[in-house]
Amino acid sequence: MNWSSWNDFIAMGGYARYVWGSVGVVLACLAGEWIALGQRHRAILGQVRLARQAESEDAQGGPP
Amino acid sequence: MTVTSLNPATAGPARVTGIGWWRFASPQAFYPLGGKLVPALFAVAMVLLALGLAIGLLVAPTDHQQGEAYRIIFVHVPAAWMAMVIYLAMAFWGAVGLVLNTRLSFMAMQALAPTGALFAFLCLWTGALWGKPTWGAWWVWDARLTSVLILLFLYISFIALQSAIDDPRRADRAGAVLALVGVINVPVIFFSVQWWNTLHQGSSIGLRGAPTMAPTMLLGMLVSALGLWAYAIAAVLRRLRCIVLERERHADWVAQLPELRS
Repeated sequence: MNWSSWNDFIAMGGYARYVWGSVGVVLACLAGEWIALGQRHRAILGQVRLARQAESEDAQGGPP
Repeated sequence: MTVTSLNPATAGPARVTGIGWWRFASPQAFYPLGGKLVPALFAVAMVLLALGLAIGLLVAPTDHQQGEAYRIIFVHVPAAWMAMVIYLAMAFWGAVGLVLNTRLSFMAMQALAPTGALFAFLCLWTGALWGKPTWGAWWVWDARLTSVLILLFLYISFIALQSAIDDPRRADRAGAVLALVGVINVPVIFFSVQWWNTLHQGSSIGLRGAPTMAPTMLLGMLVSALGLWAYAIAAVLRRLRCIVLERERHADWVAQLPELRS
């Protein structure tokens, strides 16, 4: 362990905004990309499901 | 569309050449496989990234020249590596697509671009935050920095080109050509610190010779890099699954997916 206290760790020897600004933005971007991909997947599944419902309703000659 | 090749009993010729990897070249075979790989790879990525950052930020010693500012290395260098590796992978799948005309290769090429652009941006962002305290400038027009900026622009033009062409087959081919032309930039980035007199420091580790950094620092950097590697594969496969569905939405196999039966 390099640090003697929690405050030392947060202060990063006076470079806190540079170090945490780097690590924080990297983690935030990865999280954002991951969440956006989950939404994109749900959206396309939803569209395919809707299209299938419309098709089966057409085949039955209208909504049941 | 032959589904028979998915049946192991009829996959005779593929058996002879090995495991029959070719069958995963079809989108409908990839889709469920990707669904299994994505969560597993993501879990591995999170464990490795947490471990790498813990080693780098908590355990690794203070640098005697740069103080604590050097700790940006644990995200900067892995992000830079991924930005270059993803570009190479993008050009590779583009070339495979052009030669073999396989649908999934072009889709893989397309799936790689946004994650590669993200890593190129993160490389520049963390580099700026490292440059300010150590060089006194957020940005300099140094060969290394400029060539990484060009990499980001190549990713952005690839994405723009793909979305500007309506016909997917033409978009794929144009994108593959752009990716292949731009691949020349990757060795330029890699060797820029040797070829030109740059403000950016040279590599701390290389294929030849011992690394010029403390073992704990090196360990933290390599474990973080493996974590980002696993994350990148997971994210690209997750996007590839979306692209497969978007492009093949009218195919029979999509209609028969278990997640759509409700």
